[in-house]
Amino acid sequence: MDSSKLLMSSSPHQFHRDNTSRIMLEVLMALAPAAVLAVFFFGVRALWIMLVSIAAAVGTEALIQKLTGRPITISDCSAAITGLLLAFSVPASLPLWMVAIGAAIAIAIGKAVFGGLGHNPFNPALVGRAVLLASWPAQMTAWVEPFTFLTTATPLAALGLESAQTSYGALFLGAVPGSLGETSALAIIAGGLYLLWRKIIDWRIPAGYIGTVAIFTWIFGGEGLCGGDPLFHVLSGAVLLAAFFMATDMVTSPVTKLGRLIMGIGCGLITSVIRLWGAYPEGVTYAVLIMNALTPLIDRYTQPRRFGGVTR
Amino acid sequence: MTRAKTFVGGTYPAHNKDRTKAQPIALAPVPEVLIYPLCQHIGAPCEPLVAVGDRVLRGQKIADSTAKICAPIHSSVSGKVIAIEPRPHPNGQSTMAIVVENDGLDETVAPFVEPKGLDELSPAEIVEIVREAGIVGLGGAAFPTHFKLVPPPHAKIEMVILNGAECEPYLTCDHRTMVEKPELVVQGLRILMKALGVNQGYIGVEVNKPDAIAALSSACAAYSGIQVVPLQVKYPQGSEAQLIKAVTGRELPAKKLPADVGVIVNNVGTAAAVAEAVQTGLPLMERVVTISGSMVERPQNLLVRIGTTFGDLLTECGLKGQPGKIINGGPMMGMTVGTIDVPVTKGVTGILALSEAESCQLEVGPCIRCGRCVDVCPMFLLPVFLGQFAERGMLDKAEEYHILDCQECGCCSYVCPARRPLVQNIRLAKSGVLAKRHQ
Repeated sequence: MDSSKLLMSSSPHQFHRDNTSRIMLEVLMALAPAAVLAVFFFGVRALWIMLVSIAAAVGTEALIQKLTGRPITISDCSAAITGLLLAFSVPASLPLWMVAIGAAIAIAIGKAVFGGLGHNPFNPALVGRAVLLASWPAQMTAWVEPFTFLTTATPLAALGLESAQTSYGALFLGAVPGSLGETSALAIIAGGLYLLWRKIIDWRIPAGYIGTVAIFTWIFGGEGLCGGDPLFHVLSGAVLLAAFFMATDMVTSPVTKLGRLIMGIGCGLITSVIRLWGAYPEGVTYAVLIMNALTPLIDRYTQPRRFGGVTR
Repeated sequence: MTRAKTFVGGTYPAHNKDRTKAQPIALAPVPEVLIYPLCQHIGAPCEPLVAVGDRVLRGQKIADSTAKICAPIHSSVSGKVIAIEPRPHPNGQSTMAIVVENDGLDETVAPFVEPKGLDELSPAEIVEIVREAGIVGLGGAAFPTHFKLVPPPHAKIEMVILNGAECEPYLTCDHRTMVEKPELVVQGLRILMKALGVNQGYIGVEVNKPDAIAALSSACAAYSGIQVVPLQVKYPQGSEAQLIKAVTGRELPAKKLPADVGVIVNNVGTAAAVAEAVQTGLPLMERVVTISGSMVERPQNLLVRIGTTFGDLLTECGLKGQPGKIINGGPMMGMTVGTIDVPVTKGVTGILALSEAESCQLEVGPCIRCGRCVDVCPMFLLPVFLGQFAERGMLDKAEEYHILDCQECGCCSYVCPARRPLVQNIRLAKSGVLAKRHQ
């Protein structure tokens, strides 16, 4: 035995098997059901949007890392998640070049300028979406019917126009107009439950988010108090997608347990307020981005009481 | 059965105990040369009582000190002192040590105290025996046991808890002691209870050792006031504050000692050693050590004479090839050693030889703020921020975030998916904060 070959290192000497890329890969897996249903409802065009978005996001990350002489870390799958989530939040009719620009902006402005993975204050996919929405508002709201691809309004926008109510069944399965990955409650909940079971996300964020939207829209969403339709508000639009996959983005959400609950409740409140009284039919993007901005503050003021911190 | 108790936080590392948990304690061969570092405990180092060339007997006190927090050191063989010089210590430093050449005769000293029954012993006599026997915490901390038996006057001690959690992966030395010598453990507990004048005793054992729980339960059945407490299998269940929380529900206030909440905690191996010293009148000369790890051919629990080197024991158990790391203790809190010429001291619980693949330097990625370190921290700290403050040298900020409450269990580094060296950086910053305070 050669003592000089013994590695000297500080404890611990044993590690959990989960690493960053494995976690990211599992998030991608959890997004898979929604991706499959998006293709089912919106055809092969949905597949193209997802592929272009992922390719643009991953390509932008690689290019920036190469230009700035940093190690290329696209294999950690985080850029792919950003690409897929951006694709999930655009309508099926959006021109592919706009998708590519959105994904590139998401990575470049949303992530790389802050120093890459782990350093971005805002959810990159939502930064990309916000820029797209501001740049091409018409194309970003040009919703199409599933299967037929006829131009129409989303259930939320339709609600604003006081036309016919969409059935819960259609909302649950996802056979409604909307962004690619947000329409099917079934697929999103399946993926979300997987992440909860694998302890990759904390239940406090989706529970706080969905619960707040349900309660708030029930109280204020109808004629008079407590006459709203909470189930409609939870199932329609991007609430579920955001609650399970966007507000839970680790980098941009609080690390404390109480903080995560506040994150969820805050997202729910802002989403509901925008939906009920704002100019936009949907408020998820800005709700999550605003709460992202508050995350450092939330972390700071929700430090847990340390063990033994109270003298008896 | 009542539900196994536990604490909040913590994590579940793979146990890796299967290779040794059913191995009965075997006698390790006694080597030709034994090394006794002068500091085998937390506290002041001892002064040698012998000189080079002296003949020593088995059980003879060869080093002691007048310092309060200190435990004397005894020769574990008969033979000749061949050197008193700096030697590598299993804690990584090089410290003064007495080196004894074994003459193979095992000529033993007369008992330093007349063996007496528990009823005849006074608390003061027990404390004196424990000190004279050189007994320290055998769970790894090596804090002099006699000092714990004389708590500060303001503390009102209500109970003794024996720590049989053994939450470190790989280690099974306490497990085997509890299975094979349950009466000795319970007797030791009764002696400690008598020394402290209390009538409540608990033995906390993780439920992955059902045989130990059964053995101890039947051994203590005859004594009212003594109870085995099954604990959930979770790291760091054997950490003092977490054990007290699980067993009593009491939360040890920051910067306080267990005595301040009426509790004295000792390891089960320590209790067995106390009982042995009282029964035989002989000092602590050997301890059980688990030798394991993927590079060890025949993993075992060995009863080892203090002073035997890691190399002697690894030779006895066989190495499959070049190990990548050799660890003194368990994989969660143990220290790597740079040479196998270090001796087993009183605080060595295990020797692990890990493969080169298990020992590779892990690639560190950026923190993704997943918060797992926050979820597992048993002290409810925020390792994610402590690690950042530590890396950036922001010691004031680190102190504000209670860095000194960190007990370095390593849960944060264990779970970190980016493999960031959290506890390692926190450890460095802690010493920085303390150094600044002492300025």
